[in-house]
Amino acid sequence: MSTPPDIRAGRLASCDYAPAFSDLHEALDAHEARVAAERCLFCYDAPCITACPTSIDIPLFIRQITTGNARGAGKTILDANIFGGMCARVCPTETLCEEACVRNEAEGKPVLIGQLQRFATDAVMASGRPLYRRGAPNGTRIAVVGAGPAGLSCAHRLATLGHEVVVFDARAKAGGLNEHGIAAYKSTNDFAQAEVDWILSVGGIELRTGQALGRDFTLADLRRDFHAVFLGLGLQAVNALGIDGGGLSGVEDAVAFIETLRQTADLSTLPIGRRVVVVGGGMTAVDAAVQAKKLGAEEVTIVYRRGAEQMGASRYEQELALTAGVVVRHWARPLSVRGADGALTAVTFAGTAERDGRLVDTGETFELPADQLFRAIGQSFVPGPVAGESDVLDLEGGRIAVDAERRTSLAGVWAGGDCAAGGRDLTVVAVEDGKQAALSINRALLGFVPMAAE
Amino acid sequence: MADLSVNFCGIKAPNPFWLASAPPTDKAYNVERAFRAGWGGVVWKTLGEDGPPVVNVSGPRYGAVHGPDRRLLAFNNIELITDRPLEVNLREIAEMKRRWPDRAMVVSLMVPCEEDAWKRILPRVEATGADGIELNFGCPHGMSERGMGAAVGQVPEYVEMVTRWCKTHSRMPVIVKLTPNVTDVRKPAEAARRGGADAVSLINTINSIVGVDLERMVPSPHTDGKATHGGMCGPAVKPIALNMVAEIARSPATRGMPISGIGGIETWRDAAEFMALGAGTVQVCTAAMVYGFRIVQEMITGLEAFMDERGYARLDDFVGAAVPNVTDWQYLNLDYAVKAHIDQDLCIKCGRCHVACEDTSHQAITHLVNGVRHFEVIEEECVGCNLCATVCPIESCITMEPLVNALDKRTGRVVDGSYRNWTQHPNNPMAESAGKPLEPMEPAE
Ligand SMILES: Cc1cc2nc3c(=O)[nH]c(=O)nc-3n(C[C@H](O)[C@H](O)[C@H](O)COP(=O)(O)OP(=O)(O)OC[C@H]3O[C@@H](n4cnc5c(N)ncnc54)[C@H](O)[C@@H]3O)c2cc1C
Ligand SMILES: Cc1cc2nc3c(=O)[nH]c(=O)nc-3n(C[C@H](O)[C@H](O)[C@H](O)COP(=O)(O)O)c2cc1C
Ligand code: SF4
Ligand code: SF4
Ligand code: SF4
Repeated sequence: MSTPPDIRAGRLASCDYAPAFSDLHEALDAHEARVAAERCLFCYDAPCITACPTSIDIPLFIRQITTGNARGAGKTILDANIFGGMCARVCPTETLCEEACVRNEAEGKPVLIGQLQRFATDAVMASGRPLYRRGAPNGTRIAVVGAGPAGLSCAHRLATLGHEVVVFDARAKAGGLNEHGIAAYKSTNDFAQAEVDWILSVGGIELRTGQALGRDFTLADLRRDFHAVFLGLGLQAVNALGIDGGGLSGVEDAVAFIETLRQTADLSTLPIGRRVVVVGGGMTAVDAAVQAKKLGAEEVTIVYRRGAEQMGASRYEQELALTAGVVVRHWARPLSVRGADGALTAVTFAGTAERDGRLVDTGETFELPADQLFRAIGQSFVPGPVAGESDVLDLEGGRIAVDAERRTSLAGVWAGGDCAAGGRDLTVVAVEDGKQAALSINRALLGFVPMAAE
Repeated sequence: MADLSVNFCGIKAPNPFWLASAPPTDKAYNVERAFRAGWGGVVWKTLGEDGPPVVNVSGPRYGAVHGPDRRLLAFNNIELITDRPLEVNLREIAEMKRRWPDRAMVVSLMVPCEEDAWKRILPRVEATGADGIELNFGCPHGMSERGMGAAVGQVPEYVEMVTRWCKTHSRMPVIVKLTPNVTDVRKPAEAARRGGADAVSLINTINSIVGVDLERMVPSPHTDGKATHGGMCGPAVKPIALNMVAEIARSPATRGMPISGIGGIETWRDAAEFMALGAGTVQVCTAAMVYGFRIVQEMITGLEAFMDERGYARLDDFVGAAVPNVTDWQYLNLDYAVKAHIDQDLCIKCGRCHVACEDTSHQAITHLVNGVRHFEVIEEECVGCNLCATVCPIESCITMEPLVNALDKRTGRVVDGSYRNWTQHPNNPMAESAGKPLEPMEPAE
C-alpha cells in the first residue's frame, strides 16, 4: 500500500481561485444594511455591548446607520476599537455580541452586528478622509514591540493622546496575524495592509520592521531609551504533536501553511496535498482545513481528540468547515506517522474517550492515508526575548503575567494580546488590551486622561 | 357564512370594499381589473367641467414616508382631478356599469361653485346609469386655489349650498366627501346633512409636506426646483380618519347619517375598525396603489372570518357597535386603575420599558435586581400609563392589569369598582360634589 505522495500546485483552473477565496460574507449594500439595522431594538444597558470585549456602543452605531450616517457609525465603532474593520470580519460574533443579542430570544436570529460593523467601517475607509488626529506632542516616547492588533491598537491610542511611538516588529510587514494568520476569505483585497496604513496615517507612529526583541535589542535597552514599553508579541511557537514526525516531508505547522498562503500572491502556485489531515480543534485547524479544501485538496479531515462541544472553534466555524466539505472526526489523537521515500503517506490515530474528566485511549486505532499533515493544536508564547539576564518578566501559565491595566511585573512595561496571560486568543481581545494599556500608560505618565483628539 | 352585501343610502354592492376616487378608478381599464379582483364598488376619479381638461405636472406627483424595509407608511400627492375629457369618462362609466351591474358605481364630481355648472353636469352623469355621486369637497391642492375642492369643503355654508343644488337637480344619492383640513369636521358634516346629503365620506387627504431634500433645500418631491404642499394619505392617516368618523357618528346633529370611511385602510381589520365606529362602507386608495387590486381578497376573507367567529350575520350587526363607547375625557372613570405587568417568560430583556419609564415617565420599572439585569414593575410607582407596553418589542409581554378590589399601592386607595368621573371629582372646582372632598387623589408626599 504505497501510493506516491501527491502534493502539487494548480489543482484548480486558474480562474477558480479568486471565487474560492472571495469574501465569506458579501458586504451589505446600503439597503440591506438599513433593513438589518432596523432590527436593532436600541436596548438599554445592551447585552451586546457587555459581550463585546472592546465595549463598542452597538445600539448607537446601528441607529446611526438607520439614519444614513454611516461615517458617524464608523466613528462610534473605531473610537472603541481601532481595528473595527478587521474585527467585523474575523470576530466569532456567534460567541460574542451576536450571541448576547436579545433578538435571539425574540426570533432566534440576532441583529447582524458584525456585518453592520463592516458596513460602517468600510464607509469610513472608503471616504478617504481622516477620522483621528495625532495629539499635540507631550514629550514622551513609547516603544511598542509587535505590530499585531495589540501593538497597533496601543500605538494608535497613544498617538492620539500625544505620545511619540516607535513600533518594532520582527517581520517584514506589520499587521501580525491579521496579515499572516487570518483566513484569506475573511480578509480579502489586502484589507489587512489597507487597515494598517489607515491606522498609521494618524501620524506620530514610527514603524521599524525587521527588528526583533532579543536579537536586535533587549528589553533593558527599551526601558532605558523610552518612557514606557508595550509588548504585543503574540505566540511564536507551535505546540508539538507529541509524536515523531520522523523528518518526513508533508508534516507541517498549520500556522506556517496559512502564513505562506496569505503571502502568496498567485494561489495557483501554492502546492497542496490530495489527502490532507489536520490535527486540532481550534480556529487555526478550521482555517487550515477549509483553505486546503479551497486550494483543491480532495479529502480533508480534521481530527480532534475530544467532542464537538469542546472544540475551540465555534459551532459556526465547525459548520463552515463541514459546508466546505471537510470531514471532522472527534475523539481520536495521532499516534504515529508512516512514510515512503521520506514523504508522509499515512497517519495512525488512537481512539479516545473521557473517563472521570480525564482523556484516555480506548484501545482502538485507525489509519488515515495522507499526503499532508497539518499540526494545529495551539501555539505558545516564546519567553526568550523577554527572559534576558537582567529584566525578567513574571510569567503565568507560560505567558506574561499582567494586572487589570495590563501592567507587567516590571515597572514601565505593559503587555497585551496573545502573549499576555488570561486572554482569549482573539483579535478583538488583543485590540482591547492595547487600548487599555495605552490608557494606563497615559495615566502613569501624565496622571490624567485628556480627551482623545478628534 | 357572513353576508357582506351592503345597501348604502340606496346604493347596493356585494361587499363594503370600494375603491376611493383616485388613480385606481380613473379609467375603464383599471375599473374592469378592480371589479374582476372583487371590489364591491368604485368611486370614479373626480370629474370636472366639460371643456379643456386640467393639466397635471409632468414631474413627480407622489412622495412618501417609508418605514423599515421601505414599507410605505404615508403617501402624498399633488395630482389634480381627472385629466381626461369628460365625454370619455362618462362613456366609460356607462360601459362599466353595464358590464358590472351588481357593483356600486359612484361618480365623484367637482365643478365650480355656480349652480349652472352643477345643473349642466348632473343629468349627464345620471344618464350613465351610475348609482350615485360623491361631491369632492376635499382636494387640498390645485383645485382649491380655483375655488373648488377644499375651498368649498372648509366653508360649511358652501357645502350646504352645493349639496342642496345636487339634491335639487338630480335623483341620485349624494355623498359629500369631507376634507380633514378643518378644525372641527362635524361642522361641514352638519352642513351636508342640512343640504340634504344622503351620506358623508371621509377623509380626503391631509395637507402635507412629506420631506425636505437637504441637498437642494427644497421639499420633496419637487417640480423643477420648486415644491408645493400635497395631500397625505395611507396608513399614517388612519388614526386621524377614525377619530373624525367617530366624531360624526356620535354627534347628535349627524348621528345616523351613513358614513363611508376612508383613510389608511389596508386590511380587513382596518376596515372593521372603521365600521365599528359607524362606517357602512369603506374606501381604499393608497393600499391599492401600493399592492395592487388583489388585496381585496384578503379584506373579504378576513372580514368574513371575523364576522363568522363573532357570530355577526350581516354588517349591520356590528357597524357602529363601538360608537357608544366613545365619550369625552371628562366622563372617563377616574376611580378605575391598572398596573403594568411583565410576563418574565416572554421578556427578552431589551430594557426599553425601563429606560422609557425611567427617563420620561414614573421610574416604575427596575433595571437591576440583586445586580442582575431584570425588568419588573414597581407597583408603588406605576400610574398605569401604558408607555412601557407601547415600547416593548414583544407583543403581550407587558399587559395592563386592572385592579379589582385591590389596594393601589401608589395611591393607597382600594379600587373597589366605584365610578367617579371628572365632573364628579372633588379635585374639580366645578364638580357637582365640589367643596366636600372625599379623599385626596395623590398621597401626601
Ligand atoms: C490561523 C489563525 C487564525 C485565526 N483566526 C482568528 C479569527 O478568525 N478571529 C479572531 O478573533 N482571532 C483569530 N486568531 C487569533 C488572532 O489572530 C490573535 O488573537 C491576534 O492576532 C493576537 O494579536 P497580537 O497582537 O497579540 O499578536 P499577533 O497578531 O501574533 O502579532 C504579534 C506581532 O509581534 C511580532 N513579534 C513577535 N515576536 C517579536 C519579537 N521578538 N520582536 C519583534 N516583534 C515580534 C510578530 O511578528 C507579530 O507581528 C487566529 C489565529 C491564528 C493563528
Ligand atoms: C394620487 C391620488 C389622487 C387622488 N385624487 C382624488 C380625487 O381626484 N378625488 C378625490 O375625491 N380624492 C382623491 N384622492 C383621495 C383619495 O380618494 C382618498 O380619500 C385618500 O387617498 C385617503 O385614502 P387612502 O388612505 O386609502 O389612500 C386622491 C388620492 C391620491 C393618493
Ligand atoms: S442586543 Fe441586539 S437588539 Fe439589543 S442593542 Fe444589541 S444589537 Fe441591538
Ligand atoms: S405603565 Fe407607565 S408608569 Fe407603569 S411601568 Fe409602564 S411606563 Fe411606567
Ligand atoms: S421592553 Fe419588554 S422585552 Fe424589553 S425588557 Fe421590557 S418587558 Fe422585557
